Amino acid sequence: MSLQRKPYFALDAEMLGNLVTILKDFGYIIYGPVERDGAIVYDIIESAEQIPRGLFDEQSPGRYRLIKKDERRYFGYVVGPQSPKYVLYPPQHLLFKVRKDGRTFIPRPDGKKVAIFGLRPCDLKAVDILDDVLLKGPYKNNTYWTLRKDALFIAVNCIEPDNNCFCTSMNTGPFAKSGCDICITELLMDGKHVFILETMTDKGAEIVNRLGCRSATEEELDAVSRLMEEARNKIRKKLNVENLKEDLYKNLEHPRWNDVGNRCLTCGNCTLVCPTCFCSSVFDRSSLSMDVAERWALWDSCFSIDYSYIHGGAIRQSIMSRYRNWLMHKLATWVDQFGTFGCVGCGRCITWCPVGIDIVEEANRVRS
Amino acid sequence: MKAKAMLENSQTIEVEVMRRFSVESVVKETPDTYTLTLKPLDKKEYNFVPGQFNMLYAFGVGEAPISLSGDPDERHLVVHTIRVVGAVTNALVNVKKPGFIGLRGPFGSGWPLEKMKGKDVIIVAGGIGLAPLRPAIYYILKHRKEYGKFFFLYGARTPNDLLYKKELKEWKSRFDMDAFITVDAGDEKWTGNVGVVTTLFKRIKLDPDNTYALVCGPEIMMKYTVLELRNQGLTDDKIYLSMERNMKCGMRLCGRCQFGPYFVCKDGPVFSMDQINRFFGRREV
Ligand SMILES: Cc1cc2nc3c(=O)[nH]c(=O)nc-3n(C[C@H](O)[C@H](O)[C@H](O)COP(=O)(O)OP(=O)(O)OC[C@H]3O[C@@H](n4cnc5c(N)ncnc54)[C@H](O)[C@@H]3O)c2cc1C
Ligand code: SF4
Ligand code: SF4
Ligand code: FES
Repeated sequence: MSLQRKPYFALDAEMLGNLVTILKDFGYIIYGPVERDGAIVYDIIESAEQIPRGLFDEQSPGRYRLIKKDERRYFGYVVGPQSPKYVLYPPQHLLFKVRKDGRTFIPRPDGKKVAIFGLRPCDLKAVDILDDVLLKGPYKNNTYWTLRKDALFIAVNCIEPDNNCFCTSMNTGPFAKSGCDICITELLMDGKHVFILETMTDKGAEIVNRLGCRSATEEELDAVSRLMEEARNKIRKKLNVENLKEDLYKNLEHPRWNDVGNRCLTCGNCTLVCPTCFCSSVFDRSSLSMDVAERWALWDSCFSIDYSYIHGGAIRQSIMSRYRNWLMHKLATWVDQFGTFGCVGCGRCITWCPVGIDIVEEANRVRS
Repeated sequence: MKAKAMLENSQTIEVEVMRRFSVESVVKETPDTYTLTLKPLDKKEYNFVPGQFNMLYAFGVGEAPISLSGDPDERHLVVHTIRVVGAVTNALVNVKKPGFIGLRGPFGSGWPLEKMKGKDVIIVAGGIGLAPLRPAIYYILKHRKEYGKFFFLYGARTPNDLLYKKELKEWKSRFDMDAFITVDAGDEKWTGNVGVVTTLFKRIKLDPDNTYALVCGPEIMMKYTVLELRNQGLTDDKIYLSMERNMKCGMRLCGRCQFGPYFVCKDGPVFSMDQINRFFGRREV
């Protein structure tokens, strides 16, 4: 694979701070990767110094560990437990306030602009999927829309994919093709340490222009192409998506569901870490004087018994039925609802499941 | 939520999230079920299709999906029949003036009343499931000449649990419809049928190629009703059901109401059996 020359630029790794400064100048609140409690999460950053260096992650079913290796490297890890969902679709958000006289108010879009720095190609696709759900129906989620419409994405290509990644099967990675403003590939070769930047939107071009970086060289672009090839080959986990939906529909009663039902703890971790899981509940409350009432949305999990509760008892009593409902939604019913899978192959649900249940393995077993 | 974009203060904008209705009357149907007549405080018309539902809001307590149970031709009053089972339903039936009920809707799909014209109709209801069917009954009776034979089968747990008792009596006495009513368990005064609603099927003979069926009730009741209808030769494209799932938004955003690939709040609650037969009656879908 060879890359077209034009929109590629090179930024010396030591100049990363300038990018953060420019984003601040543009008025963005910047969410970037930071290390917290032994994992990489997104948090508000003020300078590039807060971005960890030399950290690599090791992931396998039910396991996540950060290790220190090459001190120079910025992006040696892939996805942590948080996804952009945390920033754009906060775990709790106000839906509206209503006064006793019935006048209703929703939070005003206050012009808060967020930039997410360091998100991965699979997460870009996940944002795309959340757009379908939260913006493109007959109604939209106001909080998501407010944060999403002005959001800036600076993505990082994955050159060190992990054991649980299967983005190549879902056609979402490991390199970004669209969906962000700027896309970065980290290049460490012959003592040289640069970021190759690709601009994908006018906004991205404007920012890179301000940075004043040089064009990438032929040699650098060849190196990126080689890294792409290698990264692709490193991804061993595969899910055959051909006829997947139909195969799953046909196997609603497969004995494997009972098997996974016996292992699942219904903790809901998989739904929390999943970048596309959007289900929510609401709670209502009123001021002590009963003058103003509020309605809040909060993330919910289809693994809770409450989720399917109707008068007389929950529809999905058994654990097997709740796992089946979740997997079927990700890989089958979502296709009927929105025309894409609800899974981008990020592997988070596999890593953060306390008992190491693996969606790819379960789907494959149910099909056989 | 449509934003009216009227700036109120620095943190919020005023929106039309819900319309406000006053409670004009409350009629006790059964020990735990009440029929409310609501009037829009904005005095605007309200239109719906039989089978649709509203999200009703009790101030500070919460919202519940409740079917429209009144006459679809009545544009200035909205009628709901509510069974008190928890916090929200309890608050709704206890709203007193100057209090209001917040209303969003109508939402969802309706019964195929147009498509059924020229055909026989059978309506089968169980318990509170009669509420979303009553607007369809009103409609059919008002346009009686446009439909063929009209069967109505209704079952409740006890005589005390029967809704709309006066209307049931009237429907039973009409010559242009065949109404059958049954209870699971009678009392000393009850002289009618005893048994679940499906036992009424032995009383009727349907013309399978020419009949549409509308069904609403607990899922288990609908499952056995569908078997009886198929027994009489009805095909799945002529059988319509109203499904129930937990709902939090009514707007296809919270995900709670999913049933197979469907969002009951948007794609339903009324489904044709051939739309859902892959999932209907499957355990815990
Ligand atoms: C499309 C549709 C139409 C309905 N029409 C009517 C009607 O005409 N009359 C009527 O009395 N009831 C109707 N219901 C059921 C009614 O919505 C519930 O009884 C009500 O939500 C219970 O709320 P609660 O807070 O009083 O009870 P609780 O038992 O305290 O409910 C707790 C929570 O569970 C959920 N929940 C409980 N039961 C149901 C249920 N059956 N369906 C959906 N969510 C539920 C609610 O989200 C509620 O917040 C309908 C339900 C649906 C989905
Ligand atoms: S289902 Fe699992 S692998 Fe797929 S997007 Fe969600 S967390 Fe990632
Ligand atoms: S599959 Fe794993 S992470 Fe998901 S609910 Fe079950 S135990 Fe928790
Ligand atoms: S009730 Fe929220 S998606 Fe249907």
